[in-house]
Amino acid sequence: MRFPYKTDYGQDLDLFKSSSDRFWYGLLALVLLSMPLWVDTFWLGEVSYVFILGIVGIGLMILTGYAGQVSIGHAAFLGIGAYTHAILLSMGTPFVVSLVGATALSTLIGAGVGFPALRVAGIYLAMATFAFNFLVEFVFVRWESMTGGFSGFAVASPEFLGVSFTSGGGFYYICLLSIVLAILLTLNLLRSPTGRALIALRDSETAAQALGVRLARYKTTAFAISAGLTGFAGALFAHRIGYLAPDIFTIMFSIQLLLMVVVGGMGSIHGAIFGAIFVGALPQLIAIMRDYLPDSVARQPGIEPGIFGLLLVLTILFEPRGIYGRWLKIKHYFSVFPMHKKAAFSRQKSYTKSER
Amino acid sequence: MTELSQLIVYGLATGCIYSLIALGFVLIYKATEMVNFAQGDLLMLGAFVAVTFILTLGLSYWLAFILAVIVMAAFSYGLDAVVLRRVIGQPQFSVVMLTIGLGFIFRAGATMIWGTEPYNFPAPFSSGVSVVGGVVISHVAISIVVGTVVLCSILWAFFRFSKLGVAMQAASQNQLAAYYMGVPVKRIFSLIWAISGGVAAVAGILIAPLTLVDNTMSMLGLKAFAAAVLGGFGSIPGALVGGILIGMIEQVSGAYFIDGSKDIAAYATLLLVLLLRPQGLFGAVGRKKV
Amino acid sequence: MAIFQARDVAIKFGRISAVDGVTFDIEPGTVFTIIGPNGAGKTTLFNLISRLYDTSAGTLTFEGRDITNLPAHSIAGLGIARTFQNLELFDHATVLQNLLLGRHAHTRSNLVAELLFLGSVRREELAHREKVEEVIDFLNLHKYRDSMIVNLPYGVRKVVELARALCSEPKLLLLDEPSSGLNTEETGEMAFWIHDIRDRYGITVLMVEHDMGLVNRVSDKVLALNYGRVITIGTAAQVQSHPEVITAYLGG
Repeated sequence: MRFPYKTDYGQDLDLFKSSSDRFWYGLLALVLLSMPLWVDTFWLGEVSYVFILGIVGIGLMILTGYAGQVSIGHAAFLGIGAYTHAILLSMGTPFVVSLVGATALSTLIGAGVGFPALRVAGIYLAMATFAFNFLVEFVFVRWESMTGGFSGFAVASPEFLGVSFTSGGGFYYICLLSIVLAILLTLNLLRSPTGRALIALRDSETAAQALGVRLARYKTTAFAISAGLTGFAGALFAHRIGYLAPDIFTIMFSIQLLLMVVVGGMGSIHGAIFGAIFVGALPQLIAIMRDYLPDSVARQPGIEPGIFGLLLVLTILFEPRGIYGRWLKIKHYFSVFPMHKKAAFSRQKSYTKSER
Repeated sequence: MTELSQLIVYGLATGCIYSLIALGFVLIYKATEMVNFAQGDLLMLGAFVAVTFILTLGLSYWLAFILAVIVMAAFSYGLDAVVLRRVIGQPQFSVVMLTIGLGFIFRAGATMIWGTEPYNFPAPFSSGVSVVGGVVISHVAISIVVGTVVLCSILWAFFRFSKLGVAMQAASQNQLAAYYMGVPVKRIFSLIWAISGGVAAVAGILIAPLTLVDNTMSMLGLKAFAAAVLGGFGSIPGALVGGILIGMIEQVSGAYFIDGSKDIAAYATLLLVLLLRPQGLFGAVGRKKV
Repeated sequence: MAIFQARDVAIKFGRISAVDGVTFDIEPGTVFTIIGPNGAGKTTLFNLISRLYDTSAGTLTFEGRDITNLPAHSIAGLGIARTFQNLELFDHATVLQNLLLGRHAHTRSNLVAELLFLGSVRREELAHREKVEEVIDFLNLHKYRDSMIVNLPYGVRKVVELARALCSEPKLLLLDEPSSGLNTEETGEMAFWIHDIRDRYGITVLMVEHDMGLVNRVSDKVLALNYGRVITIGTAAQVQSHPEVITAYLGG
């Protein structure tokens, strides 16, 4: 096990804590940048989708994992971003402007949804967000002149100098650039006073107030940023699916997004990314699994949500820190090998902390 | 006028179902501070179990009714004893996610066992109607209201007069004190889950002749949150009144407001209540003690 | 001139008066202790001062300014910090993050600058860090700097909470039962620190405490509270020999 030797307070503020970090992330960057050279279009599309999910994951992680505000309605923000972007494109707005527009609108609506969060907390907020999700879905269905109603509408795919940036390699690089920017901005936020204030909000509102943290301001900020990132991802998502219909952005999808951050590991950006990889890869894994399972099990229609549910339950019961938590444990196991002791990560016994 | 009366009767009937589901939430919440997002899924399972008893085993409606309630009560007892007991003391978020996950599993399980085709639920009074003052009232609607009243009376008497019921109230109010008084708190919690599961089954069986039995029934659980919040989360009379109000709001808005608003009336109400009066009609929002 | 004044302060929960007509003055640079049996309204009084509860009547004045109706989050900026009886730390953050949050009232934050982590943000963070390190030195928290609160023993958490309050550079420090849950040795250390906080930093301390040994060692003035009312105010010895205080403690 290695400890970085610190000689300067600034080192705690740096993004890369050690030179080995630098090496591994550099290698990852090389692999990702060169991917279009050695991966076929299908898998490139899948990886792009993981990037999109990753951006949503980061957005949701800021809100739920850091600020502690549960949202069971993030598919609505994804939908708002997707529809706004697609509608703007259909009106002939340039791609980048439309992307910014979609992000801006969802940020604004996010701040608006954050408003009830000032009055209600915890479980009530969860309910408010799922109610919000239903209302947005209703708007998608009913505002036919804009959204095409139930039948939906096709998303335009603009080109630039003959290169499509809504499919294949062009789209891949846009998604890659987007997620890298999202991660950098989020990491910056988290090492700044605002990031700390969000954590304060999550762990004790009482103490946060007593230290001068304005609850209203930071809750609204958390919602706005989270919704903005999700709406931005929604705009990219519109190209991924190519055809928008209201029944995509349901509460079930919202729950799947939440599952992504829980299974990935709450309270870390790594967790959001791991979760995105996992949720993106799961349908493929299930498809592969189907080849090996007897038809009576594999052909069941309910198997996918069932597996999602099962994973969620198992994660909460046995690995509350998610995939990232498990990863840290495995890393620790090898770094101290063979000195591993079983109690290294055992949790303290917790008692009911009443919220009444 | 007749149309409005008609709507109110149907609002009352569906409202009773919301009341029962909300009652299930509130019982569990008061006792354990857990919010059960799988209540609607328990309702769905209850209806499926009953329909299986009737169609596959050929049992009578009444026998199937009783057996299904017992099965669901036992199932919920086991659910608490095996799964939910483990997360007591963890953040509320974990509990919410856990019950959401369980709901997914139940729905997937139901699809695997019973398929995706909806079942017709045969009740002996399915096709009967009565006309009262020009208003046509189906016997199913009457059965829902009567069933709800009977169930609530039984539960009220149970909590008021039986030793076990009083012990449950004690455990809900102060876990530690109840424990010191010799109340087996853990078992009591499981029993409360059992009651809640039984109530869900009753609700499922009562509404099944009206809706058909399939896994979309579980969505009723989400609407019932609106009922519980409107009444004041944590208040039993609130849950009952809130449920009936939501049922009526839904019917009336469906008829007089823009097309399709019936589907979202409950959620719009939920948002409004949270914005304007988070403590609901009967509840009090407690403050955390520091 | 008193740094803090309470005049006829009262709060009712339903029909119960938890605090009723409480009046007292705190002189700057002193340790003012409130004692009283359980349920006397001591913590409620603290919650009134930190504006977590709204007063039903009376006024609270800090440095000549009426703070009775200020929002809770503006209290820290004026120079009042507090600790909590049952600890309200940010459990899933490190000690360092907790202490830096203690600096929040002195932080100007600009979202855009933070998202880009401009040089100004880095410089400000480093400046806050200097301050935090001072407190870490004072309370010997070096080895816990990067530990998560959940992984720390109770005694250390108690010190971290004190440290967090000190990081906000308060003029008035509210300590809610600083010795509860500590062993004799830790209590001794706490007494030493309270002295130092008063003498070295010139911070006025308002404290609720049960441990009479600690009360006697550090208090300049003691107020005895029972059923939300003031029984008497005086030196530790005077208050403890007051007949009503004795009956309040022994019951009767």
